[in-house]
Amino acid sequence: METFIDIVLFGFLLLTAFAMMRLTNLFAVVMLSGVFSLLSAGLFVAMDAVDVAFTEAAVGAGITTVLMLTTMALTTREEKPSSHSRLLPMLLAFFIGAALLYATVDVPPFGSPDTPANTYLSTDYIDRTYKDMGLPNIVTGILASYRGFDTLGEVVVVFVAGVGVICLLHGRTRPKSKSGKKGGDA
Amino acid sequence: MYHHLILRVVSKLLIPPILLFGLYVQFHGDFGPGGGFQAGVIVAVGFILYGLVFGLDAMRRVAPPHVVRRMLAFGVLLYAGVGIANMLLGGEFLNYSTLASNPKDGQHYGIIIIELGVGITVAAVMIAVFTAFGSRTPSIKDTDW
Amino acid sequence: MFEDLTLDFIIQRYNYWMVIILMVTGLYIVVSRGNLVKKVIGLNLFQTAVFMLYISIGKVIGGTAPIYTDNPDEVYSNPLPHVLILTAIVVGVATMAVGMALIVRIRERYGTIEEDEIAEIEQKLDRQEAA
Repeated sequence: METFIDIVLFGFLLLTAFAMMRLTNLFAVVMLSGVFSLLSAGLFVAMDAVDVAFTEAAVGAGITTVLMLTTMALTTREEKPSSHSRLLPMLLAFFIGAALLYATVDVPPFGSPDTPANTYLSTDYIDRTYKDMGLPNIVTGILASYRGFDTLGEVVVVFVAGVGVICLLHGRTRPKSKSGKKGGDA
Repeated sequence: MYHHLILRVVSKLLIPPILLFGLYVQFHGDFGPGGGFQAGVIVAVGFILYGLVFGLDAMRRVAPPHVVRRMLAFGVLLYAGVGIANMLLGGEFLNYSTLASNPKDGQHYGIIIIELGVGITVAAVMIAVFTAFGSRTPSIKDTDW
Repeated sequence: MFEDLTLDFIIQRYNYWMVIILMVTGLYIVVSRGNLVKKVIGLNLFQTAVFMLYISIGKVIGGTAPIYTDNPDEVYSNPLPHVLILTAIVVGVATMAVGMALIVRIRERYGTIEEDEIAEIEQKLDRQEAA
């Protein structure tokens, strides 16, 4: 049953990705990227990653769509079709895809509990979290306590990005002739 | 603005539950899916919905830019402050067991405080980014969409 | 190599194949399209496909989400990729916000967001400066 859900979700995801590639109306592409984020959130739930699905739905289908729409309101709505040939990008994409597909022959099978990724550190974390912290949610325990330093770095990255956007889009916003005074600041 | 009547009424009904849900996700990150990042984004989405429906000036009155910028820095300082407080209490940087007499309770307190810091910073960044984008003059008029 | 293309082989690996196709689609959009907003959208697509690859490495068949239940011999999926991808999603949206702000400023400066038109305007400015 899970395999069936996976296949259906992947089918929809591939369809959405191809439609995003072919369309030139940017409004439609932005809406399709919101649909893509929601479908991938569903896929994450099917793979038991509930925290990640929550974040992807909130961030991908919420904030990303709003940001892209505000950018489109300030730039253009249509994409001009490109003038040079698409042969070289298609060859590049094909060769990279073929190399990656060749590498999946040696990958450990999907979902087995004794792959190297699932054995050494993770079983340790699953055992230790309740003894050390008494929290039911293992992901929060690892994020906030065992790997707390990485989360501090991430918060600083988000802060710096916010400061960067404020610095880039601050200042004169309306032409002086319209209202006779400078526009409000950001 | 009579042509936005439905939007105004529905968002007046929806925005308080959205903010409440954001607070719920923030403080129940220990017991179920959730945590600081998701809660920050949900609270910011509540404010952005208010700004989209009622106009950017109304949103600036509710979330003044200078307050939002101070919240931006306050979240990061809260997180790093917990680390420094741990160093002052005798442990290493970000070793939460020093915050209470029982190491388990110390970990609990530490995790709740830093998740609060993360949530405040993420919410403030999203609100500030939306306000920055929204205060530029658009080149596509409303009727051309 | 093709003689062991059994149904078992396909079921064990089709996840990775689908994700690789999505990744390559995103890469193709970035390389081949000239519109800057479309490039950023393609980059987002690439990024989400990479997240799916990581999460599918951590799945354990028969397991459940890594939140403690009362069952003592419950099998949990691997929580470590979830933590890494959580960080990556938020950092991704932060860098996308900066990218969009840069696109808005480029549009105000050059009047267009198509790559080849920007290159032409830059060449004209260089020639004017050299003359």
